Amino acid sequence: MTNGWVDIKNTDMMLVMGGNPAENHPCGFKWVIEAKKNRNAKLIVVDPRFTRTAAVSDLFLQIRSGADIAFLGGFIRYAIENNRIAKDYLVNYTNAAYILHDGFKLPEDDGVFSGFDAKTQSYDRSTWNYAGGDASGKLVGAPHVLAAAAHPPGTPAPLPALPEKPAYDLTLQHPNCVFQLLRKHYSRYTPEMVERITGIPKDQFVKAADLFTSIRKDGDTKKVATVIYAVGWTQHTSGTQTIRTGAMLQLLLGNVGRAGGGVNALRGHSNIQGATDMAGIFDNLPGYLKVPNPADGSFEGWMKRLTPTPSKPTQWASFNYWGNTPKFAVSLLRAMYGDAATKQNDWAYDFLPKVDRNYSWTYIWDDMYNGNVKGLFAFGMNGVAIGPDTKKNIDALKKADWLVVGEIYPDETSEFWKAPGTSTEEMKKIQTTVYRLPCAGFAEKDGTFTNSARWLQWKNVALPTPSGCRLDQAIVAQIFLKVRELYQKEGGKFPDPILKLTWAYTDPSNPSLAEVLKEINGKTFADAEDPVTKQQLKAGQQLPGFAWLKDDGSTACGNWIYCGSHSEAGNLTMRRDASDPSGMGVHQNWGWSWPANRRVLYNRASCNTDGKPWDATRRQVWWSEPAQKWVGNDVPDFKADSPPKDHMGPFIMNPEGLGRIFAPLGAFVDGPFPEFYEPVENPIENPLHPKQTHNPVVKRFKTPDDKLGTPKDGYNVVCTTYRLTEHYHYWTKNNPMNVQLIPEPFVEIPAEMANEMGLRGGEKVRVSSIRGEYVAKAMVTKRIKPMMIDGKKTYQIGIPIHWGYRGIAEDGEKTSKMPANMLTPTVIDPNAFTPEFKGFLVKVEKA
Amino acid sequence: MSQATLRVQKISGHAGTVPGEDTQRQELVCKLIDTTTCIGCKACEVACVEWNDMPFSPTTFDNTYQTMPDTRWNYWNLILFNEHEREDGSLQWLMRKHQCMHCAEPGCLEACPADGAIVQYTNGVVDFQQDKCIGCGYCIAGCPFNVPKLNTVTKRVYKCTLCTDRVSEGLEPACIKSCPTGCLHFGTKDDMRDLAAQRVKQLREHSGFTNAGVYDPPGVGGTGVIYVLHDATRPELYGGLPSDPSIPLMVKLWKHPLKWLGNLAVVGGAIALFVHFLRYGPKARDEEDIRAAGGLP
Amino acid sequence: MDASRRDFFKIATIGGAAAAVFGFDLQPAYAQLRTLKIARANETRSTCPYCSVSCGVIIYTIGDRAKNVTAQVVHVEGDPDHPINRGTLCPKGASLEQDILNDRRLLKPQVRRPGGTDWEDISWEQAIAEIADKVKKTRDATFIETDAAGHRVNRCESIAWTGGCTDTNEFNFLVVKSMRALGVVHLENQARV
Repeated sequence: MTNGWVDIKNTDMMLVMGGNPAENHPCGFKWVIEAKKNRNAKLIVVDPRFTRTAAVSDLFLQIRSGADIAFLGGFIRYAIENNRIAKDYLVNYTNAAYILHDGFKLPEDDGVFSGFDAKTQSYDRSTWNYAGGDASGKLVGAPHVLAAAAHPPGTPAPLPALPEKPAYDLTLQHPNCVFQLLRKHYSRYTPEMVERITGIPKDQFVKAADLFTSIRKDGDTKKVATVIYAVGWTQHTSGTQTIRTGAMLQLLLGNVGRAGGGVNALRGHSNIQGATDMAGIFDNLPGYLKVPNPADGSFEGWMKRLTPTPSKPTQWASFNYWGNTPKFAVSLLRAMYGDAATKQNDWAYDFLPKVDRNYSWTYIWDDMYNGNVKGLFAFGMNGVAIGPDTKKNIDALKKADWLVVGEIYPDETSEFWKAPGTSTEEMKKIQTTVYRLPCAGFAEKDGTFTNSARWLQWKNVALPTPSGCRLDQAIVAQIFLKVRELYQKEGGKFPDPILKLTWAYTDPSNPSLAEVLKEINGKTFADAEDPVTKQQLKAGQQLPGFAWLKDDGSTACGNWIYCGSHSEAGNLTMRRDASDPSGMGVHQNWGWSWPANRRVLYNRASCNTDGKPWDATRRQVWWSEPAQKWVGNDVPDFKADSPPKDHMGPFIMNPEGLGRIFAPLGAFVDGPFPEFYEPVENPIENPLHPKQTHNPVVKRFKTPDDKLGTPKDGYNVVCTTYRLTEHYHYWTKNNPMNVQLIPEPFVEIPAEMANEMGLRGGEKVRVSSIRGEYVAKAMVTKRIKPMMIDGKKTYQIGIPIHWGYRGIAEDGEKTSKMPANMLTPTVIDPNAFTPEFKGFLVKVEKA
Repeated sequence: MSQATLRVQKISGHAGTVPGEDTQRQELVCKLIDTTTCIGCKACEVACVEWNDMPFSPTTFDNTYQTMPDTRWNYWNLILFNEHEREDGSLQWLMRKHQCMHCAEPGCLEACPADGAIVQYTNGVVDFQQDKCIGCGYCIAGCPFNVPKLNTVTKRVYKCTLCTDRVSEGLEPACIKSCPTGCLHFGTKDDMRDLAAQRVKQLREHSGFTNAGVYDPPGVGGTGVIYVLHDATRPELYGGLPSDPSIPLMVKLWKHPLKWLGNLAVVGGAIALFVHFLRYGPKARDEEDIRAAGGLP
Repeated sequence: MDASRRDFFKIATIGGAAAAVFGFDLQPAYAQLRTLKIARANETRSTCPYCSVSCGVIIYTIGDRAKNVTAQVVHVEGDPDHPINRGTLCPKGASLEQDILNDRRLLKPQVRRPGGTDWEDISWEQAIAEIADKVKKTRDATFIETDAAGHRVNRCESIAWTGGCTDTNEFNFLVVKSMRALGVVHLENQARV
């Protein structure tokens, strides 16, 4: 979330789409209700099903799963055509005025942007760039093209850089400026087109577009709208671009950075925000540092690729905060390798694994299926049930040498070798060794979770682990120390990073998590002084914040964005001061929020160019002339002493300092503007460009389990998977209370479809995709209606995912013991690599 | 171990008036349930079962999100789900928390023949005292909301206590505390009526629910649980909420005329006794006298 | 006994009439209630492990943290001080007591041997030693120091780590450190899916 849970109460207008917060985030949803009750805010819900969120909405629209970009593109078109945009915000805080490279082409007819190479199914993105300008923003001579730098043979050419001085037109009239191309791009997303793709009747669509953009009616700049989403947007092959469309809409309306505004991802689980921040993922290191790739060659080469330089009009300033990347990277390596990371050895750069291909979730299973991943650690991660394509994942595990599962309940993954339908004979052929280690429950562990609003909160141990179980951190430490001991004794391949990793915990075999948090926060190795405040630190002291980080090796920090969470002032994530003097739900002294305890990101954008709030009744930060700095109810997400006259852009992490309506160069692999493409299993051809129905860069896997169904084969019902408020993923199927609330799996079937099938509620149905089948009882409901998709009557059904083959109902023989992910395909979003769990094709029969 | 108590203002099956009645003032407590902000999450159901340490009972899928068809002796609080298609074709998914209404004039208490098995505290809460319950089930017939449920094994009847153990210690009921959206609210009856009226005004003026209203049925003297409904003219849409509930006629007949007769017999007996004494003077006691005073309940 | 039943009835009758006339009795009636079960329990502030709202919860346990007590949970309720949930919980958070006190918990390390048709018990020490041995053997057999183009890559592609959604930041940091040190690149978390 750019904003926070409580902040939702400050809004005037809410678009909940691709999320079902009433069911999946009920306690956060209270702030939606508070906005409705206290501000008469309106709630628009767009979902394939009439959900419990829809039940309290002011307007509900039923959309076809996977059609979100068409809908949001239609909103953008409506806002522009009806002049419901925030003009000043757009000109000054976004790149709308930037003029683009004249080689850039929109996907109007053929469905692809400029630079597409059909053979490699990828884009040469060098034309996705700004044109160079002079000091006044006029185009300079020839279009801006930088020669590709020399690069090793066999590797893709590195992308050119952004121009230091882009050309721009603050009147937004230049035909090749971002705004005009945006308008042109979405001019095709008419209400009629939206209706054909999404199935939403155009009058309903226009009603929603009118309501949402009404906050900018007649030039109003005071009101604010928020966009709230979750994995209903993410879990598609168009996931990242859908989210981007939402963000662009919010920039267009000037809602980002403002109280009650923003683009708000409701992360699904308790600490996946923290896991993302801490980079428990292949492509990042802690604090969103991109991992080194082989071609970087050295620490310097890596930093050169990662560290951007400003790209902005001469008269404007850009903080370009990623310009500090080397400080973050050196400090991380110093935290990991201590004295073994020196300037002489390139800060132990050699110890980091180098990555030049995809190792994400679906690749793990594919690589295991193909015999390349031989051992898997699954700690609280039930990959068989989580899917996609349960059968493929089971088949993959059968080919692994070993599997180590850390869990608190018996799960599908640890028992893959006795999945339903596996005979004793087959079991005997499975050569995988499986260890199942009993871990600790949440109440038995301390440490921090980072919530969706980026708040780190310390939790306390309430009771000991049951005897026989061990703390997760102790298990990992003990395995690592044992491996290290083996390398010490026996030697082996490249032992240095293992032997030299810092592990200086008081009890190395059971690290105290408070010590680890201190390590993450970081410390200084030398005495230091802040040049402005004159605050002094002694060598060995905890760092107060990331502004203290250095690239000379004198600081260590495990994750720069968490720097400040455990300073000399103590463990700030433990703070419990709920006071909120502004009444705006900031709660500055409760826990600690990254970055630098800021609660609303980009909050400089809550003020006009003079540094005064757009709405004086919802003041977050503002420029104080007497103090000559930014002050306010929140910590300014900005260079505190940069006066408004310097015109520094509020989006300080972008080299432009501006919000990106157009995402240049390497930001996304499939287009700088989002374009609607059909899900990989599509009920119709893409009405925008039938010859390019799918996202052209989506990867297809090739194992025999990787099959895709089509309407021609009889798969013509759109199916979506989702969660229920009564259950939590594959966990509460072990909790008798939750099982009592919803005892069995079911499939939601539209009443009209059930009538046609002669199906009554409670009877069993068999749902089949080309990959597998799922049998459960039918819930026949009026809450999903048949839709007209491009003139074709289309049904959607829904399957809650919470069951598998181990659980109270499963063990009680109350279910058919099939995870819903038997049905889902292994296809992924090309930017975030999230699988398409939603919007695939099935057929439905009575079972 | 200390044991909390609450003062009683009405007692089932009890002779005469309630001891201590009207000697101490106390505010009536009340739950406000705003069905227009209920998301049917069932946190209140769980909070109730957890707080009251009730056992888990098996349920089966029944083509609905609703946990079970009706409340049970050990499941006092149930969200009722109803899909309702409006005239314009749009859909409403109505959710209502169903539980004891804590009537000001409780039909259960009226109907109950067992002395002290059902009491109403001075804060308005109607509570069952299972140790005095005789399992006759009259309270079930007496309730216009179908709330009390019989445990057929122990032959005792159970229902929501409004968490008297919590309320008597100054806490809110468990369901109220859990409610994520704040569609449940707890306070004095006057305050809850005020809040409800404000919400109704907002629903009428800003959300287009022109028939929004408060459900606080006068037929049972008002209730300790009141609802805000999108359409107060059609409470039956919300899982059969009765539009004009009252104590069943049979219970009234059963209790009131008989009680009257009983009282008449007491007073008549006293007068007869006095007249008898004046006329005949003292006399050795006999069975006849006892019969003469037999109108005592 | 000479005290007459008739006298008793007289008193009762007159007493009843008096109560009816004056409308009160000076001896009030009380009913006994269930004791507040958390009145003396210990409170621990924690965070709900389910969704990303991170509601504050209070875990009530028996005992007062004295040395001779093993705490056990008696109740879990929302933390009213918490700015986001303000004491409220959803049906999952409200049932956390059943997550803590759950007879389906795994309580001992187990191993399923190649070709095995059932779990076998294994000691912690044995399990950790065997796992460490497999990690080292797998890594040593497959470690890639340089790629085809001759670049130093120092990666281990044959071991994967998948981490769950309720892993704390601190645990994740330990995982990132140790797995990156091993050269693991198949590093993944629920965050992606």
